[in-house]
Amino acid sequence: MAFAWLPGALGDIAHGAATTILLIAVTTLAGTLLSILGAAGRRNGPVLLRHAIAWYVEVMRNTPFLVQLFFIFFGLPSLGIRLDPILAAMLAMTLNMAAYTIEIVGAGLDAVPGGQTEAALALGLRPRQVFIKIVLPQALKIIYPALTSQIVIMMLESAVVSQIAVRELTYEADMLQARTFRSFETYFVVTLVYLAMSMALRRLLVTGGRRALGAGVS
Amino acid sequence: MIEFTLWDIVRNLLLATRWTVLLSLAAFVGGALVGMAVLFFRISKHKWSRRLASGYIALFQGTPLLMQLFLMFFGLPMLGLRIEPWTAAVLGLTFFASAYLAEIWRSGVDALPRGQWDAGASLGLHYLQELRLIILPQAFSITRAPTVGFLVQLIKSTALTSIIGFEELVRTSNAINNATFEPFKVYGLVALIFFLMCFPLTQYARSLEKRAAAR
Repeated sequence: MAFAWLPGALGDIAHGAATTILLIAVTTLAGTLLSILGAAGRRNGPVLLRHAIAWYVEVMRNTPFLVQLFFIFFGLPSLGIRLDPILAAMLAMTLNMAAYTIEIVGAGLDAVPGGQTEAALALGLRPRQVFIKIVLPQALKIIYPALTSQIVIMMLESAVVSQIAVRELTYEADMLQARTFRSFETYFVVTLVYLAMSMALRRLLVTGGRRALGAGVS
Repeated sequence: MIEFTLWDIVRNLLLATRWTVLLSLAAFVGGALVGMAVLFFRISKHKWSRRLASGYIALFQGTPLLMQLFLMFFGLPMLGLRIEPWTAAVLGLTFFASAYLAEIWRSGVDALPRGQWDAGASLGLHYLQELRLIILPQAFSITRAPTVGFLVQLIKSTALTSIIGFEELVRTSNAINNATFEPFKVYGLVALIFFLMCFPLTQYARSLEKRAAAR
């Protein structure tokens, strides 16, 4: 093993890691928002919408993320929609994550006792207020650990978007190993960076969740 | 440009599907065997053995599968072993699966009441007998649903081996797409094939879960 190339490569690795962090930040926000809408629609929407959401979840959960990514990046241009690689990656990651988190958020909504809704309605709150102010915060607290795991899994899955030339961490690793001819060492170092990032992300989410939601997260 | 009929595309994809299925099976069997070994370390009485297994699991669950495959593919030649994409794919997915399966089964062991161990000991069974006759059968049976669920994840994960050059479904579809320029059709069909493989398993896992919850 030889690591003489490493000091000169730190800038590239940092740049790639920053892009990976950007991807997961956008995906977390957009994916969580989408899954709240999806889970609410799956429970209270018109029948057709309920079925559509149920099928969306099944299709996304039973096909590989890589295929979804290719479908979006290579497929959409033939409909006249041409996306930047990074936008395509964000879209694919968000759509994929939402399919998993719709189920998670849904389970949380089901776990909030019906009496909470009734009590809030009896106090004169409008149905939307009840959902946003009473039911949703309790549901999020319940599902927070599962949500945390899903976000970390998504960050690890994001390695795949290097295949459509998004300049994230894995892509930078590919470039480095092509330049240094030290494939094993390059991937070894980058794997350690991913490990550190996933551990830090989990820690961050757990502490943040404890502060914001008071959620008892392991 | 060669003309591809829809049937040509489907036929080639189905031929490639054989490799996806074979790889999934190999990785599941390999992952179960290695996973069993990791499980033994994970639930051992010795602190260091438990730590070692936890570290192993954290390593594979905390890094991208793609990196693990790259390390296999580029690492083994460094040890002087010539390696085909197939070997790297099977080995990479085997280790990946073993970490997840060990953790799933460990949750089953943890779920068993302490009394199960004590009862075994009071019958005069030694540690290995207790595991074989009392603990593991129950742990496996209560974790059947997540085990099947993980098999779905494993089948989907085989898609990544296309990146290290293993000629499975996705790699074949890339080649077909390059020749036909019909990404919607080609990747749509690939998604459909994966769906047809995974959906029955997902449903099966769900029914196992319901049965377990009803008990």
